[in-house]
Amino acid sequence: MYNFSYEKVSSVDKAVEIIRSAEDGKFLAGGQTMLPTMKHRLADPSNLIDLGGIKELKEISSDENSVTIGAMVTHAAVAASIEINEAIPALSKLAGNIGDPAVRNRGTIGGSIANNDPAADYPAAVIALGATVITNKREFVGDDFFTGMFETALDDDEIIVSVKFPKTEVAAYMKFENPASRYAIAGVFLAKTADGVRIGVTGATACAHRGMRLEDALNQDFSPNSVDKIDLPVEKMNSDIHASAEYRAHLVKVMTKRAVQACT
Amino acid sequence: MLTVSMNVNGQSVSGEIEERTLLVQFLREHLKLTGTHVGCDTSQCGACVIHVDGVSIKSCTMLAIQAEGSEVVTIEGLAGNGQLHPMQQAFKDNHGLQCGFCTPGMVMSGVDIVNRNGSEVDEATVRKELEGNICRCTGYHNIVKAIQAGAKDMGGQ
Ligand SMILES: Cc1cc2nc3c(=O)[nH]c(=O)nc-3n(C[C@H](O)[C@H](O)[C@H](O)COP(=O)(O)OP(=O)(O)OC[C@H]3O[C@@H](n4cnc5c(N)ncnc54)[C@H](O)[C@@H]3O)c2cc1C
Ligand code: FES
Ligand code: FES
Repeated sequence: MYNFSYEKVSSVDKAVEIIRSAEDGKFLAGGQTMLPTMKHRLADPSNLIDLGGIKELKEISSDENSVTIGAMVTHAAVAASIEINEAIPALSKLAGNIGDPAVRNRGTIGGSIANNDPAADYPAAVIALGATVITNKREFVGDDFFTGMFETALDDDEIIVSVKFPKTEVAAYMKFENPASRYAIAGVFLAKTADGVRIGVTGATACAHRGMRLEDALNQDFSPNSVDKIDLPVEKMNSDIHASAEYRAHLVKVMTKRAVQACT
Repeated sequence: MLTVSMNVNGQSVSGEIEERTLLVQFLREHLKLTGTHVGCDTSQCGACVIHVDGVSIKSCTMLAIQAEGSEVVTIEGLAGNGQLHPMQQAFKDNHGLQCGFCTPGMVMSGVDIVNRNGSEVDEATVRKELEGNICRCTGYHNIVKAIQAGAKDMGGQ
């Protein structure tokens, strides 16, 4: 790891001020992606701005229709929150199955979606639930936030403050996980909302996305069998040492069927 | 350079470090607490697991400066009064180690598992919770047995 300047801030404004004057500054949340990347010298920031001192980013709150999770809330805290479990049980379960206990004690929801790893879990939930990503500048709804492989709509000096999820009781997340890292080889988040079925797919392609064909089929007939007749575009699927494109296309359908089963 | 201060195994310590110093480097190279191991550079193996403010973390994936002001417990901090901690004793009794490289992390994760799941934690839970700890020798079977036995012996602790 190359060296850098380090500063821990206690407000969003201060973090923005530092990053604007830094040559190549980066925010540090749980560090569970940032630090390994720096160790491999794939990233070499001039400044790390540690968001760990900003209290407002660690809050969980809810109202009648939604639950809002601060960007610095850890995966372990989401999994343990009674408030979140009552509002969206599938989301607690998703958080409780990210990586391993030690990773969950450090990794945060803000870091996970800002990083937008093609195999990360949270993006599927943000997309399927139509969650709102709230930054210090603006708001994004659902898949508008995720723009490509490890790419988001965030500016360099923009901080995720919180993510607001509409309360959704009938939802399920199914992932076929990499046995070493627990990242999704294919993951499907299914939510039954007032506007019909919504599906977020992760792990399968370069960037998490809405499963429109799957949604259409399930809106007509909400049963596992209706997934069978769909042809998913194999050419868009990732292919790597963990799984071929054909296998991933198959897994997306299997995960969708399991999610449907869990919701009926 | 930065000055960092924390409490390690009940003692206040501080040191002059580079910003990039990882917590595991601070423990091993500055404090000479070499019980915490480094087995990978991908944050996957768990040989470096310690407790910071009461929860398990991978000390290879945290900057030393991020532990400023924290309570840190490493494998060296478990035994007291010349007696092994019940979880260490259980690993010994149940043949829960072979080469021993993964063992400090396994024991620290084991204690954390019991802290969160209680002394009657079942086998499936232990196996699932050990997802972040890799062992190249034992095949895990005796590690799981050891953690369940250690859980019982930790009892009311
Ligand atoms: C062994 C291992 C297994 C894992 N398994 C999984 C898994 O199964 N599923 C999964 O989804 N993930 C997994 N992860 C990733 C984990 O969830 C990370 O916590 C997450 O990807 C990054 O979150 P972080 O808080 O650690 O962010 P960091 O690593 O600190 O930051 C990541 C990036 O996000 C930026 N950032 C952080 N916070 C903000 C913010 N508030 N606003 C703007 N930008 C921000 C940073 O600048 C950086 O570019 C795993 C990681 C490890 C090490
Ligand atoms: S050395 Fe920390 S996880 Fe491998
Ligand atoms: S005992 Fe050798 S790696 Fe686990």
